[in-house]
Parts: sequence; structure tokens; C-alpha cells
Amino acid sequence: MAIDLKKYDEIPIAGVVPGGSTPEMNKTGDWRSERPIWDEETCIQCLQCWQNCPDAAFETEEGEIAGINYDYCKGCGICENICPVDAISMVPEEEGEDE
Amino acid sequence: MSRRQEREVLTGHQVVANAMRQIAPDVVAAYPITPQSEIMEYFAQFVADGEVDSEVITVESEHSAMSACVGSSAAGARTMTATASQGLALMMEIVYIAASMRAPIVMAICNRALSGPINIHADHSDSMAARDSGVIQVYGEDAQEAYDLTVIAQRLAENHDILLPVMVTLDGFTLTHSAQVAQLLQDDAVREFVGEYDPLYPLLDTDNPTTQGPFDMPDYYFEHKRQQVDAIGNAPEKFLELQEEFNQLAGTDYDGLYEGYKLEDADYAMVVLGSTAGTAKDTVDMLREKGEKVGLLKPWMFRPFPAEEIREALEGVEAVAVLDRSLSFGSNGPLYLEISSALSDLDDGPRIYNYTFGLGGRDTTAEDLAGTFEEITDEELEKKMRYIGLRA
Repeated sequence: MAIDLKKYDEIPIAGVVPGGSTPEMNKTGDWRSERPIWDEETCIQCLQCWQNCPDAAFETEEGEIAGINYDYCKGCGICENICPVDAISMVPEEEGEDE
Repeated sequence: MSRRQEREVLTGHQVVANAMRQIAPDVVAAYPITPQSEIMEYFAQFVADGEVDSEVITVESEHSAMSACVGSSAAGARTMTATASQGLALMMEIVYIAASMRAPIVMAICNRALSGPINIHADHSDSMAARDSGVIQVYGEDAQEAYDLTVIAQRLAENHDILLPVMVTLDGFTLTHSAQVAQLLQDDAVREFVGEYDPLYPLLDTDNPTTQGPFDMPDYYFEHKRQQVDAIGNAPEKFLELQEEFNQLAGTDYDGLYEGYKLEDADYAMVVLGSTAGTAKDTVDMLREKGEKVGLLKPWMFRPFPAEEIREALEGVEAVAVLDRSLSFGSNGPLYLEISSALSDLDDGPRIYNYTFGLGGRDTTAEDLAGTFEEITDEELEKKMRYIGLRA
């Protein structure tokens, strides 16, 4: 991802972000070293991964886990740890990208 | 026509509290500490009496005081505080953040020695510890200057080319508790001088939302620090402009980043910050009567340091005694380092000597300083740290 780095006199002072900044504007999951892989077949829809995710990386549809939004997942592994049926496994990021 | 009030007998606390009342900040967050407490006691009384409608936030520590000030300033409120010594030390983490968030908080620092051993009396170890925080620092010689500098500081801090905290320092007890003759300005004169605060990015402006104080990765931290270099670099010129404007109001004749006292034709000069400059003036007068060509340079502004102006003022003298009221253990005093650096480009510049004095409120007399002037006339005088008033 190419970033246009600005000079010191081209940016607002003090790190102020005019317009505000929300996760909707900034994808924050670009520094993950491992990514969780969710196995829909094994999942029992207990939603503990959704509840315990420190971000909001678990996507739901009609009250059920529908997938993982990797734009926000930091790869912390809490979901793998919390999952009672091993439906989530952490894999190295490079491998995970192919899946 | 001067818009000063009648001459009064006032303490440093009273003049600063009155300056705050007249400036009428939206928010004042502070925690009591000797020798600052009475500033807040007087100010809280003004609020209780309805003389000023500031929101006073009584917090549980100076760390919280400065944190509340940063939040308030970011919100777009004119914000002030006051502290000293251990309070400033506890505040320090947030002082750096206030400077980096470009929060124009004006704070009175009632200079007091840092522990330990615990001591409540004046020296500059507290404000010097904030030397590199990014705040502007101005030092007052007496209550009058502490008052005048506080009024000027508010405009300086809030200038959009600057937007930085300003510390107005006054020596603990010597200035804070001593009753001196001082003249306040009329209330409306101060109100007109400081005007309405026009925040650049008020967080409460929900029509123009901003995020403030975000995280910087290595790709932007450096650039943001570089902006602070420019911001503080804009302070001297603005300070001079404000002095001129203030002179119109007060009938004063402030005209520089430092005050030179009988310095023009001096062969020997002393450089000292704060109240001891008043003592040094007595010494200069005493020695001048004897025909000795001595003078004083008292920087009003220490951060940013007016190196160029001071070099021009000192380049012609034989020798300079730089008096530090704080130690930088294992090195020279902070003021000495500045003067030494300022004069380092001169081919045939003055001999410069570093003296430490007045730590923990140790009294320094006009006679002590006469001895210092006497000592630096010796061309063979060894360069090493010297101590005024120390039993050795």
C-alpha cells in the first residue's frame, strides 16, 4: 500500500485530524502477523468470538457469525483461545492470505 | 494614557490571581502545592464572589490538573493553571503532551526546589526540568513583572502561529509571598488586551469535527515535533510585538527578550534569571558608584532562548558570570550552557564563568554578588563550577 507521506509543513498541527477519524475511515488491521481462520462447519454460533474480539472484526448476519473482517483484525488470537469447539485457528499471515 | 490602577502593596500570589481574574479563563484546573496554593485560594475566592465566571476544577493531583487543562484546551476553552516544584514534576508527562497538542495553557510556576531533600523554598530546578518540554518560559523579577508577563503570556500562547503553553515563573516566597508595590491594569484594559480566545481546532465544534492527540508512527512523529520547533520559534517576534502593545496600555517600556541593566558600556556582566536580578541591580549600582563598569543581563525569555540578541549584548564584555539557580549534575548549569552556546561563535568573546547559587532558597545578597563580579576580573580565573553562598 503506497502512502503519500507529507512534509511537516503540509499537515495540520499537533496531529489534529480535521473531519475526525473513525475506524470506518482508517483500516487498522494492516499490522497482523497471524490471522484467524474461521471454520463455519465446526462453529456452533455461540458468539463468544464476537463478544470477546477487542475490535469489531467478527461480522454477523441475522445474529450469526458470517465471517471475519480482516481490515480491522489485529491478529491477537483471543478468538482462537476463547472458541470452545476449535472453530478458529491462527495461521501465519502469509499462509492465511492464500486461504 | 496609562490604564494602570493605583499603586498597591500586593504579593506575587495576589497579582497572579488578579491577572487570572481579569483574563477570565473558561477553565482553571489546579492542585494546591506550596508556594503556589494562595494563587488558587485567591482565585477561588474571586470565583465564589462572582467576580469571574471561570470553571474551577479541583482535581486529585497535578497530573490530573494538567490532564484536565489539556482536555479543556482541546475543547476550545481558555485554560490556565498554576503549580510548583513536585507539582510540576508530577505534571511533567502531561506538560509535554500539552505542548505537543499545541494547547495554549498559561501556567504560573512558583519556583521551588525539587525534592530531595524536601524543601519548599525557591530555586529553578522545577522549571528547568520543563526546559525541553516544548513550553515557552518567561521569568519575572518581581510581582509587577509576574503580573505583566501573565497578561502578555495569554496572548502569546493563543497566537495561531504559536499555540503553546506558557510558563510564567516567579520565585517561591521571594516573590510569591512577599508584599511588594505593584500596579494592576484596569479590568477592562486586560479584557480588551487579551480579547476573545479564538481556538483553531475546538473539539466542541461539532460542525467541524476533529480527532486530537492521536498516535503517531515513526512516519509522522518527527514531522509533528518539527512543527513545534517552528511554533516556539515564532514566540520572540510575537513577544516583542505584544510588549509594544502592552506598553501602550500600561505606560511601561518593555522592549526586549531580556533586560539589560547598565549593560551598554559594561566590562563585566552578570546573567541571572528571576528575583535575584533585583539583588544584582543593587550590586551593579553599588559597584558603579565605585566606578566599576559592571552590568546585568536578565533574560525574560528562557524558552525559546534568545541566543542572538544575548550574543549581541554580551560580545563586547571582558567576562560574564552566569548564575544558575539549579544544577545539572555532571554538567554545567542550564543558563550557562545557553550563554556559552550563544557566545561560542565569537572569535574573541568574553570569558564565561558558571556560578550556582540560591539552591533550596539559600539567600544571596548584594555583597555576595559583588564578590562574584570581583572574582571574574581575574583573567587567570580557572573555569570550573563555582558556588555562591555555599559553606565549603
